[in-house]
Amino acid sequence: MRTDRKTRWGLRLVALLYLALLLLIPVGVVLYRTFEPGIGAVWDSVTTPAAVHAFQLTLTATVITVPLVTVFGVLLALVLARGRFPGKPLLEAVVDLPFAISPVVVGIALIFVYGRTGWFGQDLADAGIQVIFSLPGIVIATVFVCLPFVAREVTPVLREVGDEQEQAAATLGASGWQTFWRITLPAIRWGVAYGVVLSTARAVGEFGAVSVVSGKIAGETETLTLLVEKRFNNFDLAGAYAASALLALIALVTLMAMTLIKPRREEA
Amino acid sequence: MSASGLTLPRPFRRGRASRAPVAGGAGGLGLGISVLWLSLIVLLPLAAVVAKSLDGGLDTFWHAVSNRQSVAALRFTMEVSVVVAIVNAVMGTLVAWVLVRDEFPGKRVVNALIDLPFALPTIVAGIVLLALYGHDSPVGIDIAFTQTAVAVALLFVTLPFVIRSVQPVLIELDKEMEEASASLGAGSFTTFRRIILPNLTPAILSGAALAFARAVGEFGSVVLISGNKPFDTQVAPVFVYKQIESDNPIGAAAVSVILLLLSLIVLIGIRYFERWGSRHED
Amino acid sequence: MLFGALFATTALVVAGCGGADDSTGGSDASSASSSSGGSSTTLSLVAYSTPEVVYDEIIPDFQKTEAGKGVKFKSSYGASGEQSRAVEAGLKADVVTLSLAPDVDRLVKSGQIAEDWASTPTKGFVTTSLVSFVVRKGNPKGIKGWDDLLKPGVKVVTPNPFTSGAAKWNLLGAYAHGGLKYLKTLINDHISVQPKSGREALQTFTGGEGDVLISYEYEYTTAVKKGEKGLELVRPDDTFLIQNPIAVLKSAPPAAKAFVDYVLSEPGQKRFAEWGYRPTNQAVLDANKSQFPDPGKLTTIDDLGGWSKVNDELFDADKGAVTKIEEDAGVSTSK
Repeated sequence: MRTDRKTRWGLRLVALLYLALLLLIPVGVVLYRTFEPGIGAVWDSVTTPAAVHAFQLTLTATVITVPLVTVFGVLLALVLARGRFPGKPLLEAVVDLPFAISPVVVGIALIFVYGRTGWFGQDLADAGIQVIFSLPGIVIATVFVCLPFVAREVTPVLREVGDEQEQAAATLGASGWQTFWRITLPAIRWGVAYGVVLSTARAVGEFGAVSVVSGKIAGETETLTLLVEKRFNNFDLAGAYAASALLALIALVTLMAMTLIKPRREEA
Repeated sequence: MSASGLTLPRPFRRGRASRAPVAGGAGGLGLGISVLWLSLIVLLPLAAVVAKSLDGGLDTFWHAVSNRQSVAALRFTMEVSVVVAIVNAVMGTLVAWVLVRDEFPGKRVVNALIDLPFALPTIVAGIVLLALYGHDSPVGIDIAFTQTAVAVALLFVTLPFVIRSVQPVLIELDKEMEEASASLGAGSFTTFRRIILPNLTPAILSGAALAFARAVGEFGSVVLISGNKPFDTQVAPVFVYKQIESDNPIGAAAVSVILLLLSLIVLIGIRYFERWGSRHED
Repeated sequence: MLFGALFATTALVVAGCGGADDSTGGSDASSASSSSGGSSTTLSLVAYSTPEVVYDEIIPDFQKTEAGKGVKFKSSYGASGEQSRAVEAGLKADVVTLSLAPDVDRLVKSGQIAEDWASTPTKGFVTTSLVSFVVRKGNPKGIKGWDDLLKPGVKVVTPNPFTSGAAKWNLLGAYAHGGLKYLKTLINDHISVQPKSGREALQTFTGGEGDVLISYEYEYTTAVKKGEKGLELVRPDDTFLIQNPIAVLKSAPPAAKAFVDYVLSEPGQKRFAEWGYRPTNQAVLDANKSQFPDPGKLTTIDDLGGWSKVNDELFDADKGAVTKIEEDAGVSTSK
């Protein structure tokens, strides 16, 4: 669509102004405060044993969470975009719910279920399985809050591209899996990519729910966000910023990786 | 991905469910697995919250949600979240448009930064927003401890939603129709309104719904800059936290249930609005 | 998926060169734990957030003593109420030290701590402190006592007592001075914001909001020692005694008691004194009189009838006096 120069510049200005106030300036401030003490100080701050462990823990939880929510997110998106059954708006709303639940409530809800006095508490204790206050609890909490992302990113794209090609493939004798792998997946590539990016960013940045279920055991169940808060509480603002920078880095790297998966598109 | 040879305009095709089971077996099996997955991860803890809220009987439940502080917190939260969703719908689409269709130096950098509000821990977001838009503001904007501050904090954390929701759709958008419309003499705004916007609407609404849901539950980044003034800038999640801290988990669960119900209504509303809109187009 | 592989590899690589010690003696500032032969016990310490700096020093000290040889530590720090609830929900703990006694009583109710935990020479407390004021350098508003907080135009910052149990100490100081009448004027006319926690309150104050921050003596000392600038401490003549408890869980190994004994002994208490906590050990307190001047009039929680009575009368979410004051104040501001 050809927009005239005036409109184009107008839109660009408004968009950039909005982004400046809400994104660029705040992020700039964070970067400035992070590197103000100098690169050396920042490096020291992110290579302490506690920071390294927190980084590993956050990565581990993320690496487990994101593929899980991606696979099921795509599945959910297929059901939502292609499926036909009563009550679809209800299912869509339920998929969005994990967000509307405050992280604090997610935490206590999980404790209601898996904690010492919770529904499964006694059974888990008898079986010697530690869910809450250990990695499984952290993963469950993170999966909970990341669940909607991929589904919500992919559903509109699926609707947009329509299913004629898939139907054509089916009539030509392709199996369901072949159709999915060769027709559907490439079509929703960007939706999946952005869904993964958002899920990853949310997973590494999740604080509230993890804060309740992790137990904050230094060197064991302390994620990077929990470490940021601990440093804030200990008047180590520089250290808090440095750890935050790590989180931002993870999000950036993910986006970079995802955008490298450019589809080879045949132009219409 | 090339469009098929059909010449029907897009809105006619959208919304038609497939008749044959396609795309990896989504259908009965897919629905079954999705529901199971959802149940285990999402519904079980939710059920626990509902059960807890009713632990003391209906009177306790009612009392917990009808007292003045809780009503004020719930109302403020819902109102500010709806405003934030609307602002996001408009500005997010605009930004997505500029990021996909426009070119300017530094665009890739800006695009990369969009997800950062998410990855930053809420306490850092809170500190930075307070520093920037509080009493010592270097840009001269002081909105600390006001309801506007809550909205700004929420806009910050929900920034990526609509943008990232609309971008993939814009990228996949079939340019044929826009060109057809232009060659038929339609001005750009008309083309946008009647050809492009209907295709973007599901994505916009999807992103706005996510933004709304996130805004409703947001806690950490809002608390510092809001000043946490009861009846004024106190949001529902903070109120819930107060109940927990006061050894009143039943009250906390009750208010959470109400918050969830209200959110569910808004979310379903958004979905129905979208369906009405698409039916209207047809 | 490609993405999963990418991250898994990174994680492994980092794991290979990171090698963090799992049970360190504390968090960032501490040195690694010693592990010289003998039986290897691991103690789990669950504490509120502020004394982390102190325990980072005490734990290594303890590990150098006879009783502490070979004892490994796992520690968790966080908001007092949250930590207490976590232990109740199953967080492994051998020693807990929290901000106020009710957070320990919660664990007595759950059966995890013995009922007589407070029957010790120090009544179950490890340190004390005073409710004090933090003002800007130079004390521009001339704040000397509680009445000065009610001077026209003075803006007070104090954390919300309902989101932070520990913040109740602050309002109790106000209450002890001038009763409900004082509290009402303070909350209605002078408290501008009520941050979620003590630390956030200090952050808000250093960010430029308010003229006076109600805080604890040790928060000020720790903040200054950690580099905060532009602040001054004012001790009002009459104030409230803050008492921080420490307790051992029923399921704890004998080393836990040995650790608590060490914490209460002179070397342990000296560490606390350095960071601004008033020792319960009289000898150490006397030796640091210059840092810890005698308060004028001191009220304690027992003078008010104990925590149960105070929580019911003042802080009950429905009928408490403070709740009512907030509600009345809110009616005029709510839409």
